[in-house]
Amino acid sequence: MCLAIPGKVKKIFHDHTAEIEIGGIIKNASLDLIPQVAVGDYVLLHAGFAIEVIDQKKALEIFRAWEGKVD
Amino acid sequence: MKYVDEYRNKEIAQKILREIRSISKKKINLMEVCGTHTVAIFRNGIRKMLPSNISLISGPGCPVCVTPISYIDEIIALSREENFIITTFGDMIRVPGSTSTLEKEKTDGADIRIIYSTLDALKIAQDNSSKEVLFMGVGFETTSPTIASAVLTAQKEKINNFSILSVAKIMPPAMKALLKGKEVNIDGFICPGHVSVIIGSMPYNFITTQYKIPCVICGFEPLDILQSIYMLIKQIEDERAEVEIQYERAVKPGGNKIALDKINEVFKVIDSDWRGIGNIPLSGLEIKNKYGKFNARKFAVEIEETKEPRGCRCGEVLRGVIIPPECPLFRKSCSPENPQGACMVSTEGTCAAYYKYN
Repeated sequence: MCLAIPGKVKKIFHDHTAEIEIGGIIKNASLDLIPQVAVGDYVLLHAGFAIEVIDQKKALEIFRAWEGKVD
Repeated sequence: MKYVDEYRNKEIAQKILREIRSISKKKINLMEVCGTHTVAIFRNGIRKMLPSNISLISGPGCPVCVTPISYIDEIIALSREENFIITTFGDMIRVPGSTSTLEKEKTDGADIRIIYSTLDALKIAQDNSSKEVLFMGVGFETTSPTIASAVLTAQKEKINNFSILSVAKIMPPAMKALLKGKEVNIDGFICPGHVSVIIGSMPYNFITTQYKIPCVICGFEPLDILQSIYMLIKQIEDERAEVEIQYERAVKPGGNKIALDKINEVFKVIDSDWRGIGNIPLSGLEIKNKYGKFNARKFAVEIEETKEPRGCRCGEVLRGVIIPPECPLFRKSCSPENPQGACMVSTEGTCAAYYKYN
């Protein structure tokens, strides 16, 4: 039930809702819980609400940590 | 899909697994508290990848599973009232109450609608102004801000035929109850990622300071889970106990302040009954009196006497004391098609996950 899926913000409307693209499908979502979103951001979508913006730099750290590691 | 596919990279998974094998010496029990983690662990075969000294135990993190039968009976009683529409997330509809389910009540004519979001419930209320529209407020901290937001919107837009029957729960007190119960030996917690998006990392501090048990807040893809297990084992081998965030792309130490403010505005913290665990102090959320008109408990209904299904050992499964095959009903009278207990109903239930993947 705590599933949240990453999607890209495509459009933001005046009523604090947005169009979010998830795997090619557009979903409408409320931005009530993260009003500071910009078009192009990736957000986590849970039950019709964007609940957080994905930090694109921190998202890469796992690859930095492991890709260079020699077996 | 970005932020999904790259976290399923097999080569990196192999590297992490090799590292886990090389540093891990002791016999270790790690508990994943979140039901979404339980499903991700089974679906990706992670238990089978780990060395035999590392065991993963599923905890009480499926909101459907920890909802008491009396709550199901309460919503069933309300669904039988004239002019009521019950709105709910899909998993709840098949959970057995004492003598019925919402699915049966729907077949018998009750107006029960499965929705995706609390915003859908608000829309139904606006479109049916002569009826009372109730939302089943089931969920952990990930979901409670969406319920709070709906209540605040209803207040603002004067949607007065909308209300919540809250059984929303707070996760860290349940982790404390498990540790105090001492029925299971837990060496580390895989902490819930999306609950932590909302609450941050600080509410887990008591686990590391009072109980000296490492915690890692974990994402939901295979690399996230493997890296979190690696981080936990590293802490255990180094004899450290800290709250670390593996799921850093989504979780900040302070959580989502706007979401927390909405929860605090609408809800008060109360003692709450958890199926299988019992009453846990300060582990539930109820609508505050100032928003009382949106609290479905204003409708007084008679609720039938609670009857637990005979032989069902959901409670022990939820506490991590037994695994589902140890229950006498598992794969016999209890299956996803004919569930006896909630752990078999929900797709995130431990019994359903064992049934499907093990």
